[in-house]
Amino acid sequence: MTAVLEPLQFGFFQRGLIVATLAGALCGLVGVYVVLRSMSYIGHGLSHAVFGGAAISSVLGVSYFLGAGLWGVLAALMIGRVSGRRVIGADAAIGIVTTASFAIGLAIQSRSGSVSRTLDTVLFGNVLGVFRRDVAAIVIVGSVVVALVVAFRRELMFAAFDPEVAEISGVRVQWIDAMLMIVLSATVLVSVRVIGALLISAMLVLPAATSRLMTNSIGRMLWLSPLLGAAFGFVGMYASWYADVPSGAVITIVGSTMFAIAYLASDVTKRRAVAKLDDHRAIA
Amino acid sequence: MGETLVRFEHVGCSYGGVPVIDDVNFGVTEHDFVGIVGPSGSGKTTVLRALVGTLDASYGQIHRRPRLRFGFVPQVEAVDWSFPATVRDVVTMSIERPRFRRLDPTLVTRIDGVLDRLGIGGLSDRHIRDLSGGQQQRVFLARALVREPDLLVLDEPAGGVDVATRHEILHLLADLHLAGMSIVLTTHDINGLAAHLPRLVCFNRTVVADGPPEQVLHPYVLERTYGAPMDVLQHGGMPVVLESRGHGPHRLDGGAS
Repeated sequence: MTAVLEPLQFGFFQRGLIVATLAGALCGLVGVYVVLRSMSYIGHGLSHAVFGGAAISSVLGVSYFLGAGLWGVLAALMIGRVSGRRVIGADAAIGIVTTASFAIGLAIQSRSGSVSRTLDTVLFGNVLGVFRRDVAAIVIVGSVVVALVVAFRRELMFAAFDPEVAEISGVRVQWIDAMLMIVLSATVLVSVRVIGALLISAMLVLPAATSRLMTNSIGRMLWLSPLLGAAFGFVGMYASWYADVPSGAVITIVGSTMFAIAYLASDVTKRRAVAKLDDHRAIA
Repeated sequence: MGETLVRFEHVGCSYGGVPVIDDVNFGVTEHDFVGIVGPSGSGKTTVLRALVGTLDASYGQIHRRPRLRFGFVPQVEAVDWSFPATVRDVVTMSIERPRFRRLDPTLVTRIDGVLDRLGIGGLSDRHIRDLSGGQQQRVFLARALVREPDLLVLDEPAGGVDVATRHEILHLLADLHLAGMSIVLTTHDINGLAAHLPRLVCFNRTVVADGPPEQVLHPYVLERTYGAPMDVLQHGGMPVVLESRGHGPHRLDGGAS
């Protein structure tokens, strides 16, 4: 019990624990759609794009949430627009937009030593980098995302499963896609301080992929995945404290370990589902 | 003759500037049961996309009756079978409902009614992958029917299914048509499906022929549609299409009929 209570006497750990748990839950929730739509690379890319936005906002002296947030949303919409033209694939669009953004961030960091500490936090995540405003931001974003997922649950599911028929059935798929990209950007933005840009894509994938191994129902995934994400964040923060290792790395290791256990315990059918190997199976 | 639901007037469609269908003229009226037949790559699915409005015409006009509701059944090959969805998840996803509210009891009754009518009422909690081919087709048919569509559109409903399932689907569609449903489908299965429909459109980038099977299933039409000589036999009062053996492509006189 002492092991649980001891770190809680420090305010920064309390804030870090709250943000890590909420970020895990939020990434778990949004991650359900990221995994089902095979958008993992977008999550990875957006976290790098946010790094560029963070660098620019540091140099300009504007709020991190404003600068990196606008930058992330812009990058997300650009990816959607470039890939929507179908001249180049979505993966190439993500690579171009987000690596350009990341490169801008690196260039700014190398020229400006004063902002490097903040940017290290964005890159690797750090419990010391969590402030009250980060807790407030994640609570606000988390509440909005939960409301959107509940309100648009049918449309999100339909657009993920069968976008063409969704469109025919009156779902405005382009709007739903844009909403999902904005939600994803906001999730990355508010989670990045604890988990870090380099590892956030793992938190978008691990809880959802683990929950997919545990259930065949999207309804159950939508509560199981946030629960797992929150648990990864909570346990990871404590492990990070005692191992004296950056929080993002430990949270990711906890999540990866849980995924490996679920993978080994699951049947072959579900493993194939996670790998999307059933798409072209023979008709019974 | 019922009211016109959709009418194509000199319609052409293209993907990225590459024309796929050209100068298409045809219409679908109430209580129609139309099969669009043609070879792979002839633009059948493109016609359906234009019909339901997910693809704009490059030129020409597509007239749809105002507030026309479509029920669309995709090709089973296009379905992501790894998606974590039960039968009920799939069927309910097509129904619009107020936000932040549970499904209205009348909607639940409607869904249950459609599932029972299609004989899959006891499977609503099963994952879609864990069903037979016929049951899977019924799930997607149920998803289309719960919308209470004015026009049911099916893309290759007999694609990739065995003979028994094909019969099952055909009888199911015939029953729906008898009950007043308007239906358009595409198929490349002439003998197993298309020949049993009241109206056929032979299609290869444009409409080659349009009419009842006994009129359009003619060697001349089929050669123009498929680009290969074919014979048409009569068996039990039904036309049966066979690949022509021993005749060159120049033989367009009707063959053995």
